[in-house]
Formats: sequence, structure tokens, C-alpha cells
Amino acid sequence: MNKQFDVIIIGGGATGAGVARDCALRGIKALLLERLDIATGATGRNHGLLHSGARYAVTDRESAEECIRENMTLRRIASHCVEETDGLFITLPEDDLGFQSKFVDACRAAGIRADVIDPKEALRLEPSANPQLIGAVRVPDGSIDPFRLTAANIIDAKAHGAEVLTYHEVLELLREQDRIVGVRVIDRKSGEKAEYYAQIVVNAGGIWGHDIAKKAGVTINMLPAKGSLLIFGHRVNNIVLNRCRKPADADILVPGDTISLIGTTSSKVPFEEVDNMYVTADEVDLLLREGMKLAPSLEHTRILRAYAGVRPLVASDDDPSGRSVSRGIVVLDHAKRDGLEGFITITGGKLMTYRLMGEWTTDLICKKLNINAACVTATEKLPGSRDDERKVGRKLHAVPAMQRESSIYRHGDMAERVAAETSAERSLVCECEEVSAGEVGYAINALDVHNLVDLRRRTRVGMGTCQGELCACRAAGIMARKGKYCTRRAKADLTDFLNERWKGMSPVAWGDTLRESEFTKWIYEGVCGLTNKKEE
Amino acid sequence: MMTEYSENNFEQCIKCTVCTVYCPVAAVNPLYPGPKQSGPDGARLRLKHPAFYDEALKYCLNCKRCEVACPSNVRIGDIIQAARIKYSKKKPGLREFTLANTDLVGSISTKVAPVVNATVGLKPVKAVMDAVLKIDHRRTFPKYSQGTFEGWFRKHAAEQAALPKQVAFFHGCYVNYNNPALGKDLVKVMNALGIGVQLLEKEKCCGVALISNGFIGQAKRQAKVNIASIRKAVKEQNLPVIATSSTCTFTLRDEYAHLLDIDNADVRDGIELATRYIYRLLQSGEAQFRFRKDAPKVRVAYHTACHMEKLGWAYYSIELLKMIPSVELTVLDSQCCGIAGTYGFKKENYATSQAIGESLFRKIEESGCDLVSTDCETCKWQIEMSTTKRVEHPLSILAAALE
Repeated sequence: MNKQFDVIIIGGGATGAGVARDCALRGIKALLLERLDIATGATGRNHGLLHSGARYAVTDRESAEECIRENMTLRRIASHCVEETDGLFITLPEDDLGFQSKFVDACRAAGIRADVIDPKEALRLEPSANPQLIGAVRVPDGSIDPFRLTAANIIDAKAHGAEVLTYHEVLELLREQDRIVGVRVIDRKSGEKAEYYAQIVVNAGGIWGHDIAKKAGVTINMLPAKGSLLIFGHRVNNIVLNRCRKPADADILVPGDTISLIGTTSSKVPFEEVDNMYVTADEVDLLLREGMKLAPSLEHTRILRAYAGVRPLVASDDDPSGRSVSRGIVVLDHAKRDGLEGFITITGGKLMTYRLMGEWTTDLICKKLNINAACVTATEKLPGSRDDERKVGRKLHAVPAMQRESSIYRHGDMAERVAAETSAERSLVCECEEVSAGEVGYAINALDVHNLVDLRRRTRVGMGTCQGELCACRAAGIMARKGKYCTRRAKADLTDFLNERWKGMSPVAWGDTLRESEFTKWIYEGVCGLTNKKEE
Repeated sequence: MMTEYSENNFEQCIKCTVCTVYCPVAAVNPLYPGPKQSGPDGARLRLKHPAFYDEALKYCLNCKRCEVACPSNVRIGDIIQAARIKYSKKKPGLREFTLANTDLVGSISTKVAPVVNATVGLKPVKAVMDAVLKIDHRRTFPKYSQGTFEGWFRKHAAEQAALPKQVAFFHGCYVNYNNPALGKDLVKVMNALGIGVQLLEKEKCCGVALISNGFIGQAKRQAKVNIASIRKAVKEQNLPVIATSSTCTFTLRDEYAHLLDIDNADVRDGIELATRYIYRLLQSGEAQFRFRKDAPKVRVAYHTACHMEKLGWAYYSIELLKMIPSVELTVLDSQCCGIAGTYGFKKENYATSQAIGESLFRKIEESGCDLVSTDCETCKWQIEMSTTKRVEHPLSILAAALE
């Protein structure tokens, strides 16, 4: 592999992927390094909400405007990752209805369509909403799948010449006098170390960017803020539900693919904990209690799992106390800020603004490299979103309906690449989410899958109600057959995968969720002879 | 132990897949996704978008064996039928109309029974029905009787009313149009117990064929008429309502509430199967039979119909048959015969239907029985067409053995 690049991007979240794609489309030779798999940090651990910006309209006009602009852009360029559900901001008897007009005015001022609708009409549109609501405003919220979005950016970046290395962790930044010239990395799978060189290194590491900056010898004041969420077993609502009040905990319920999500909590956590987030019983209580106010039926809905992510909040440079936090995009040119050439940090922002973050970063890179190329990411559609899905559906008419629709929902026009000729290819690996053997094969061959968790991010294997009970061993079998690993490593991977599933279930392990996980344990321990002990 | 049905019943599924193991269709027809996929798994996907509805759900024959097998109390069969009702874009046609309107077709046919019976048996007629209606030409059609059971009963209503104890009889279309003899047998058996039989104030077809063929509005209208009459019998006249057909009984008790949103909770316990009513009466010691001493020995093989299995009441029919001194009883393994009402008549289901029943037919032939007995009329048609044996309802066998 060539060791010299124009740009090295550290971090395979939406931001890093967005920078890589933008660079590749502008003809800049980029290498993206990710210490785990793509979308494993904050990118994959949020609501998956396609914000209209309404949530920020009252408190942060600038963010709201950015959101609605990017919202409209993403509907166009990433249609296969987006579901245009719309959102309702509902006022409950305990809320101040006076806030509604202030909210609507702020939305409109920021360019966000906001229609006040009759409470009865709101309930007709979204029957799961709390029937006691006294006010409702309809806004252009939606849902967005962060895994698919990141993956599509990676696919397109690679198609335009970028190189992507997952499971490569940066050990140190190589420095020559006042310039960063490259990185020293370790391949976490093989243990091999290597050095890569570039004119510019971009730190897009999210909360881990704090440490990356430290390795470069500069300080960025970041504040890790944990946000916990609950995943419900099926779609409770088909329209995003928000509370029409000042943003608070657990006041957004988002329908995402086959499930609904409630979140989030918000609490500061120490840096030592960011690699091992867990959800506490108090957080589960809070999420359920508040969630039931949005949609009372949540009380009786099965909860699949709980998870938490870490927001990379950045303290303003002019506030050393770290209390004044920006949610806006922060591009740090360390040459200007710290006198360190060849190093840029892109942070702050949100999933919604990943593309804009990529654009601003790439603009700065171009300036530094003296390249004159305009950004096209706001107009060039992502792979998967280029062809009409109905047309793809007609081409795949021979595939059983549930499988065909699921595959198109996940991969958009790329669903055509999923082999579905033979009955073996059409047989199901994951029955809850209708993932076929053909789709698993496609992911393994074309989408940088190294283990079952990677496979899950690309296909939803193990994300349904059974949480791996039926699909995990089948998927591991296909991985082994495709030469990804030997039997011993397949068993170890299976154990890791099931433990990772259990981690999310344990905070909500009661009722049917517990019954099902006990059954899973019985299958894997009792029938498959899998143990939790690491083999020699 | 789970005893309750939650609001989101499909979420109780823990994917053990035992339903699919017990599904007679999944075993023989690869086009059918099986009860787990079609039921709880599909329900979750259909909540996302109606496009996830798979027309292959039409292959479900609604035997409910999946529900019997389920250890988690998931109403799998109901979920599948409800999805067909809600999402299917296929509108019922002339064939469905003909098959589903057992009442209408029956009342016309009984008036000209010899003509109808002779005509539908003719090869050219079968060929036309196969080509035009897609009703399979290999199927033997049930015979219609000359005159209805209701017609016969009207002449005997007064003498029945004279008996001190009374039951109301839901005869169903089969007894009325095809086999009035079974209705007469029921009357004979009940009279032997000192009980008079009366009919409901108004009876419509229970609607099972309407539901499975997509005529939900009509099914609801008929269900309302039936439940109103049943309510009058059960609540006002304090009469138990009994039926000889396992499927009619099951439909009145369970399908009305689960699929048609008809509230029958107050009368559900008042509707039961004739054999169960009789068995429990005998057990209470209130009445007993006197059997013929000269009855010829007969070897009977009992076949448990799917809806008998779902009701959990095959026991009563089996025990009644065992009481008959002249009957030597074999109980066949409980399995679907493949006909499922109108399902097996449809051309596209013929092969599936016969493949499902194949091992049953073989076991019947091997059993060495003289006669097969079952509580379901359509099982009777299927078994009589597919084996060399005659099939009788337990009550007919019982009636023949009484003094």
C-alpha cells in the first residue's frame, strides 16, 4: 500500500466519512483511519433523528438554520437513509401552551416550516401520541440511519479513490518541527504497525479527538456528555414525537426502521469512561417515565435494549472554565491557533451537519493545498440514493416481498447488488429483520466486514427482537465459509457478539426481553456448547 | 407461565419457531413463509409500512395448529388472518363468492339437488369450473340433499318443544344443505337423553368461508345476526347453544371476537360442541344411554380436525365414541387433512392440500378401520375423496348404536 497521501483523516464516524468523501470528490488523495469499525462512536449512538432544527429554534438560531438546510439536502442526497416522517411538537397539560407561539415564530424565522394543528388532527395523524395533548405543531423532522449514511459516504469516497482502513488505531502523530507529517498506526487485528504520511492530518475523532489532539501536543477542551436511549421492539409511532417546551431529557420519540427510540438523558462523564458506556437503572426509569408522556403505550411495549453515546461538546476557546459550550461546528486550524502546521481538528456539530462539517474542513484543506475545487456533496447523490426505489423493486420482483422491501429499505438502489438468484441466497439469516444469506454475502464481500458486529451495522443482523438468537450462528457460519475466520475464531466472535447484545439488554431485562434472552442463552450454551470463557 | 394476551401480542414471540415446525403448509409449500414469518415477524415489519405485506399469506389455511403449538400464547393464526383482512390487495372474485356463500349456494342447490349433484360430477362441467373459476377439476364436490334440515325440523318443532329440557342447535350450512341426516341424528341422541332440540330465532352461516375468502363486511353482518340470536337463547331463555361442526363452534366462539371485532364475551361460554355437552351431561350422572345389543361391531378411526385441536375438545368426541360398546376405536395422530374448508377447492392449493393430507390418508388405509369419524364436515369430504373409507360424525355413529 502506498504510504503517501494528501490527507489523512482520523475517525470513521459520519464526520470523518463526510470529509473523506468530500476530499475524494475534489480529487484529493485521502486515507481514512478508524480504530474500530465505522460509526461506532457518537455517530451510531444517537436518535437517528433527521432534525428539522425546530428543537434548536428558540435557543440556538444558528444551529436551527444549519439543521433545516442540511435536512433538505440530506433528503435529496441520502434518500435511502432518510424516512420523511415529519415531526410533531406536542404540548401536554403540564407544559406552558404559551411557549407554542414563541416556538412557531422562532421556527419560521429560521426557515423551518411549522404548522400549528388541531390536537384532534394530531391524534389522527399519530394515534400513539398522548391523547391529553392540548397543542401540536407539525415540522419537517424525519429519521435518518447513521450507519447507512456513514457507509454510503465511505462507499462513495472509496469509489473516488480514497482508502479506508478500519481497526487501525493511531499510536502517535509524526511531527517534524512545527508540522504534523503523518501518523504511526497499529492494525488491531494483526498487531502490525505502520506509518502513513500526508500533508495534512485531520482529527475527526469525536470525543476521542481530545486524545488525538493531545498526541499532537495541542489541547482542546472537550466535555464528554453521556446520552442514554431505549429501543422499543417495534414501531410505536410513525411520526417523530417531541415535547413543545425548552429541550429537556427524554423528550424525543423517533421511529427508526423497525423500531422506535426514546431519548436522551444528559450527564457529564469522566474521560476514563467514554470507552465503556453503560445505562443505569435511574436512566431507564427516567426515559420510560418521560417517554410514556409522549406515547402512553410505551408502558406496555417491549423494550429491546438500552444504549448510550457520548456527545463531544467543545468548550469555547475563549472560556477556559469550559462552561460555555458550543453545539455549533468547530473547525480548528491548529496552524493559526497553536502554530502547528498540517493539523486540523473538526468537531462539535451534530450528525445533521456532518456534510457541512466535511465541506468546511475540505475547504480549509483545499486552501492549504492550493487546490481550486468546489464542494459538490450537497448535490451529488450518495450511492444507494441515485435510482428510484420503485424501479429497483420491480427489478427484484422475484424476491419475496418482505425480504425485497427490507433489502431496498437498507441499501436503496444498491439492493440490486444483493445476490438473490438461488433459494440458498434467498434463505434468511436474520428472520426478524429479513436479512438473506445473499445480503450477508454482499456485506462480507463488499462492505469491509471483519466480525459479526460489523455485519450487524451493515445489515441489521441481530438487531431485531431476537437479538441474535437465530441469526448469530448462521451469520458466523457464512463468515467462516467465506474465509473470514476459522472455527475457533468464529466461536470467539459469536461469544463477543452475544455478549455485546446482552450488554444492551441487561438494563431492560424483564418480561419478554428476559424470557427471550434466557432462551438464547439456553440455545448457545446448551445446544451449541458456547461458553463465556476465553479458549486457550 | 404466561396467561395473558398483551396489547402487542406479537411481541410475546421469542422466536422458538415451534409454530413453523407444526405448520402443515410450510412443510409442503416452499412459497409459504411459515407462521412465524407471516405472523409475529411480519406484523412488526407491516407496522413499518404496508408494502411489507406478502400476498403469500394467502397460503395460510387457518388451521391454528401454530397457536396450539405456541408456548408463548401468541395468536399467530389470528395475526396472519388479520393481516390478510387489513392489507391484502387481492379482491375476491366470482370463485371466492361462490365458495364463500355457502348459505346462498346451498339454498339454491337443495331445491334442485339431483340436478346439481349430477352436473358438478360431470367431467366437462368440472373442466369448465377449473378453467373459468379455478376450482380444481380433481376435487369431488359435496352432495346437496333434497330439502333442508330446517324444512324437516319445522315439521317436528312442536314435538321437540314438548320435552322438558331444551337446547338450541346451531346446525350450520352443512347440516342444513348437505347432510340433514346428521341433524336428525343429533335430535335422536338428544331425545334419548330426554332433551328437546330447538333452533335459534335466526341463523346465518357462521361466516368462516366469508372470512377466509375476504368478504369481511358480510361476515360481520352475519355474525351480528348470529350473536344476537345466541344471546337471546343463552341470556334470555337460558339455553345452551350446541353445534355439531367443530369449525362453526370455533368461529362463533373465537373468530368473531378475534377477527371481526364482534363482542361475544358474555355468551362465549354458552356455545359449545354437541359431543362436549353430551359427555359432560353423562358424566354428571343426569342421563344415560341405552345401547342396542344387536349393533354390529365396527372399527372406527377418529381423526382430530384442526379446529377441534384448537378448541382442545377432541377428548369429548373420543370419549363418547369409546362409550359405544359396538365401536372399536383407534385414535389417529392429530394432523391436518389439507382441505381447510374452501382452501383445498382452489386450483392453486390442490397440490398443497393433497400433499398435506397424504400421510393421514396412508395411515387411515393402514389402520384397517371400517369407518373414519371426525367432527368436521370438510375433513369428511377430503378423506372420503382421498381414501377408500366412509366418514361419519361421532353423533351419527352414536345415533346408530342407540336403541
